[in-house]
Amino acid sequence: MSKLATLKFEQLKEIKWRELIIGVTMPMIGLLVFLALWHSVAPNIKTSLGDFPQPKQVFAQWGNLVDEYKSEQHRATQFYERQEKRNAELLAKDPGATLDTREFSGRPTFFDKINTSLITVLSGFLVATVIAIPVGIMIGLSQTLYGAINPLIQLFKPVSPLAWLPLVTLVVSAVYVSDSPAFSKSYIISLFTVSLCSLWPTMINTAVGVASVSKDLVNVSRVLRLGWFTHVVKIVLPSAIPMMFTGLRISLGIAWMVLIAAEMLSQNPGLGKFVWDEFQNGSSESLSRICLAILVIGLIGFLLDRAILMLQSYVNWDKSAVVR
Amino acid sequence: MNQIHLELTKVGIEFPTPKGSFCALRDVDLKIKKGEFVSLIGHSGCGKSTVLNIVAGLYQATTGGVVLNGREVNEPGPERAVVFQNHSLLPWLTAYENVELGVKRVFKGKKSKAEMRSWIEHNLELVHMTHAMHKRPDEISGGMKQRVGIARALAMEPQVLLMDEPFGALDALTRAHLQDSLMEIQNELGNTVIMITHDVDEAVLLSDRIVMMTNGPAATVGEILDVKLPRPRNRLELADNAEYNGYRSAVLRFLYEKQKKIEPISAKRAEKQFEKDAPVQAKSVA
Repeated sequence: MSKLATLKFEQLKEIKWRELIIGVTMPMIGLLVFLALWHSVAPNIKTSLGDFPQPKQVFAQWGNLVDEYKSEQHRATQFYERQEKRNAELLAKDPGATLDTREFSGRPTFFDKINTSLITVLSGFLVATVIAIPVGIMIGLSQTLYGAINPLIQLFKPVSPLAWLPLVTLVVSAVYVSDSPAFSKSYIISLFTVSLCSLWPTMINTAVGVASVSKDLVNVSRVLRLGWFTHVVKIVLPSAIPMMFTGLRISLGIAWMVLIAAEMLSQNPGLGKFVWDEFQNGSSESLSRICLAILVIGLIGFLLDRAILMLQSYVNWDKSAVVR
Repeated sequence: MNQIHLELTKVGIEFPTPKGSFCALRDVDLKIKKGEFVSLIGHSGCGKSTVLNIVAGLYQATTGGVVLNGREVNEPGPERAVVFQNHSLLPWLTAYENVELGVKRVFKGKKSKAEMRSWIEHNLELVHMTHAMHKRPDEISGGMKQRVGIARALAMEPQVLLMDEPFGALDALTRAHLQDSLMEIQNELGNTVIMITHDVDEAVLLSDRIVMMTNGPAATVGEILDVKLPRPRNRLELADNAEYNGYRSAVLRFLYEKQKKIEPISAKRAEKQFEKDAPVQAKSVA
C-alpha cells in the first residue's frame, strides 16, 4: 500500500509542472485577452445593421442555430409521419395503389451547411490529390517532363479562385447536362474550383520530394536492378512522403479557403452560402451569425489540418519524426 | 581457381566540367582471380571510388572496359553487389526487409518463399545480426547497419563483392570486429572481393593483393603488393610479425614517400607556397 503511494508520488514528481502550467495557461490568457478586446471594442463599431456583436451575442447565436436545426428535424419527422399515414390509408383502400414517397425538402440548417461544405471540400481535395500526386511523381522522376510542366504550374498556381469560377461555371453548365443530375451544379462547380486551386502545392512538393531522393538509395536500386514500379514504391515514395504531406497540408488549407469563396458565388449550400445569405439578409442577427460562421470555419480548418497530420504520422515510416 | 575472373583493361574516365573535361583515371589495368581479396588504397581524391563505381557499373568508363567472366560490364547488377560506405540501407525497412529486397530480386522464381526466408535469415546470421533483424536502421548502431549492408550484398550471391570503404565511418573497435567477421565470411564463402580503404592495417590484414593508386588527376595503378601471409590471419599475432610489418611499411612508403599528397591550404596560397604536411603516423594494429 505504501509502495503504491510512493509510486504515485513519484509519478506526480515526474510531471513537469512548470511546462504544464505554461502550456495550459498561456493559450487561455491569449484567448481571454482576445475576447476582452473584442468585447470592449465591438460596441464602438456602428454598422448599418446595428453595433458590431460582442462575443456573448455571437455565442448566443449558437443556441439559435441549434434550435433551428432541431425544429427542422422535427418538421422532417412530422412530414415523414404524415406521408406514411397517407400511404397506409391509400393501401388500405386499394392494395395496388401507386404510392407517393417524397424527400423532405426543408431549409438546409447551419449544420447541414457545415456538412455540405465538408463533403465539397473533401471531394475537391480528393480530385486534386488524385491528379497532383501521380503528376508530381512523374515530373519528379523525369527532368524533361518537369521542364515541360513546370511553366504551366507556375502560370496557374497564382490564379485566384474568383478568376477560375466564372470559367468553371460556364464549362460545367455546358458539359454537365443531365435531366436528373446526381449532383447539383453548384456542388460540381465548387468542387472543381477547389481542385484547380489546391492542386499545385501537392504537385510541386511531391515533385521536389521525389526528385530529392538520396543518390545513395538510387544507386542501391540500380545495383539491385529494381524494376520501375518497385523502385517507385519501395524507394521513391517512402522518401518523398514527408514532402508530399507538406504539400497536402498546404493544399487542404487552400482548398478550405477557396471553398468558402466558391460557395458564395456558386450558391453551393455550404458555409460560404451561409455567410453570403446572412450578409444579404441584413437582419439584426446577421452580423453575429457571420461572426459565428467565421469562428466555425476557422475551427474546421484547424481540425482538417490536424486530421492530415494524424494521417501523416500514421503513414510515415519514421514514427519519431516531429510533425507540427 | 587461377583463371582470370574480373579484368579491367586500360580503364579511364573523364568528367565534363565547366573548364573542360577532367581526367580522373587513366590506364587502370587489373586482373583479379576468382576468390581473391583485393584492396584499393590511395590518398583521398585519387579515384579509388571511381574505379569501384566503374566495376559496379554505376559509372561508365570513357576508355577501356571491365570484363567479368567474359562479359562486358556496362550497367549495374546484383552479380556485382556493392557495400556502400554509409551503409545506404532503406530507412523505412527493417534489417530483414532490406536484405529481402535484394533476395527477392535475385532469386525470384528460383527459391520458394520459405527458402528465401531461411536464406535471408542465414545471411543475417553470417553477420551476427539475427537478434536485431526486425529493427529499422535508425534503431541499430552504425556497425550493425554496416553488417546489414554486408548481409544484403552477400545474400545476392554476387560474383564480385564491391566494398567502398565499408568500415570508414566506424570507430576503431567496431571496425576491428567487422574486419574479423569479414575475414571469417570470406574464408567460408570464398567471394571475390574488391575493397576500397585508406587504412593501411586493414589493407594488409584482409587482402591477398593491395593495389596502390597514384594521386589524381589521371590517377592509375602505381604498385601492386602481393600479401602472402597465411590464412586465417590473427591481428594479435600479426602485430609483431616481421613479414606483416614489412608489408605495412611497403604500403606506407608508397603512400607517404612516392605518392606524397600535397594538399593546398587554399587555391590562392597554393600557387605561391605549398604547405608541407608531416607524414601521418599510421595507427598500430589492435
